[in-house]
Amino acid sequence: MNTKITIAGVEFKNPVMTASGTFGSGMEYSQFVDLNKLGAVVTKGVANVPWPGNPTPRVAETYGGMLNAIGLQNPGIDVFIERDLPFLQQFDTRIIVNVCGKTVEDYLEVVERLGDEKVDMLEINVSCPNVKEGAIAFGQKADALYDITKAIKAKAKQPVIMKLSPNVTDITEMAKAAEAAGADALSLINTITGMKIDINRRTFALANKTGGLSGPAIKPVAVRMVYQVANAVQIPIIGMGGIANAEDAIEFILAGASAVSIGAMNFINPYTTVETVEGIEAYMQKYNVENLTDLIGAVK
Amino acid sequence: MLGKKKVNAIVDKQEMLIEGIYDMWIRTDLAQMAKPGQFISVYPKDKSTLLPRPISICEIDKPGNRLRIVYRVAGKGTTEFSSYKAGDTISILGTLGNGFPVDELKDVKKVMLMGGGIGIPPMLELAKQLNCEKDIVVGYRNEDLFLNQDLWKHGTLYIATEDGSIGTKGNVMNAVAEKGLKADVICACGPMPMLRAIKQYAKENGIKAYISLEERMACGVGACLGCVCKTTEVDHHSHVNNTRICTNGPVFDAEDVDI
Repeated sequence: MNTKITIAGVEFKNPVMTASGTFGSGMEYSQFVDLNKLGAVVTKGVANVPWPGNPTPRVAETYGGMLNAIGLQNPGIDVFIERDLPFLQQFDTRIIVNVCGKTVEDYLEVVERLGDEKVDMLEINVSCPNVKEGAIAFGQKADALYDITKAIKAKAKQPVIMKLSPNVTDITEMAKAAEAAGADALSLINTITGMKIDINRRTFALANKTGGLSGPAIKPVAVRMVYQVANAVQIPIIGMGGIANAEDAIEFILAGASAVSIGAMNFINPYTTVETVEGIEAYMQKYNVENLTDLIGAVK
Repeated sequence: MLGKKKVNAIVDKQEMLIEGIYDMWIRTDLAQMAKPGQFISVYPKDKSTLLPRPISICEIDKPGNRLRIVYRVAGKGTTEFSSYKAGDTISILGTLGNGFPVDELKDVKKVMLMGGGIGIPPMLELAKQLNCEKDIVVGYRNEDLFLNQDLWKHGTLYIATEDGSIGTKGNVMNAVAEKGLKADVICACGPMPMLRAIKQYAKENGIKAYISLEERMACGVGACLGCVCKTTEVDHHSHVNNTRICTNGPVFDAEDVDI
């Protein structure tokens, strides 16, 4: 049985990763799970300088999911390289650094700083719905996405994953723009913009008013988008959106994802990542699947 | 950091103290590492309510391997918890947060413990573990008191009620003023206006105040950055002026937080 997958020449021991923003830089959840067992750790988004993020409340529960508007709080690339990266490098897992910014220059600064670091891939966050400048401004217009992808690809020393927003009319247009600009892979979906109102206090549940919806509530939307994108582009896809267990992960893989990320469910069950790895192996055994790659996009 | 885990505990007993306030004892090994001022996250069984509910530890029974939580029913999750009976399993993550600095308080002559509403429960275990002279000042909405029968055994108890039905009319700060209470250190948990008033009072009187904060939380372990609080100085972890309540708190030196 072989659970290995390859994305843009990078080999992963298994297809299970962590979704950016839900796993810090691995330190907090390393108390619960053995990071060596994961295909990759995808870090919280890091910018060129520290970002304070949004006011609280930043999170709210919704039916079968949650809204967040953290606002990409992060300690900046200096601290990340000095503290967080060395921590992750102790483990036998791939490191994917999520990069965020307000301007193209911000993104490029982070990408260049990471050029000489032992990092396996970069994931470019052009889809966070919770910051006013940058981020999603690049992810909702195909030409803007094309331009920033092209600019990053010109500077990046590691393969580049563009993380796509579901908050668009046609996600395949965005996927095609990123592919045309040279993206090595795509990850989808980021959170779906939502809102919750506290009827007792007659206020918004989040200080930011809107937030990104994640958790099992969004899974069918994510599976559908992965399927659509897989049929629109040739580059590999990392699928995510409400994955709670191996069954969910396999759904994404069958829809066309080469790998999957566990996001909000880490908060509900801190062992979700490793349990998903084990569950995928059990599924392969049960159905006599020799190579995990045989499952990718197997449902046409 | 060591020892946080998600486990199944067993409900030992549960009763309603007053309308909407429940008192649950649970059997769990987490009792062995628990400290006053720490909290546990409790997971609802109903999968439509995914996030764990952070609930402060009210009492720790190490020999009996039990924890006591006293909580208010505020929504779907806590409504579910209130239906649990002895013998039921309850899924919890703990123990979380830093807790009150009991060791630092050992040499203090007199401590004032202040609790407002559902901020009262963590004061009980703290009162039990502190051997110094203690004034315990607690504020309630009305004559429906809870935990007062436990608290008076561990210090001099002063009560304030918003409607004036028992003790001082008003809040805990009104009780402090009315009774002329003084202490070397304050430990407090309660609503934000109360904690702001305590921070101000401590500053004016040149004494230390440790305050326990709460905020909407998702992971409870420092990963999601949902539950932050503004800080007066740049936080050593975040490198911005905010800190994680779940891991760097919930108890803070009032001077360090911008509330």
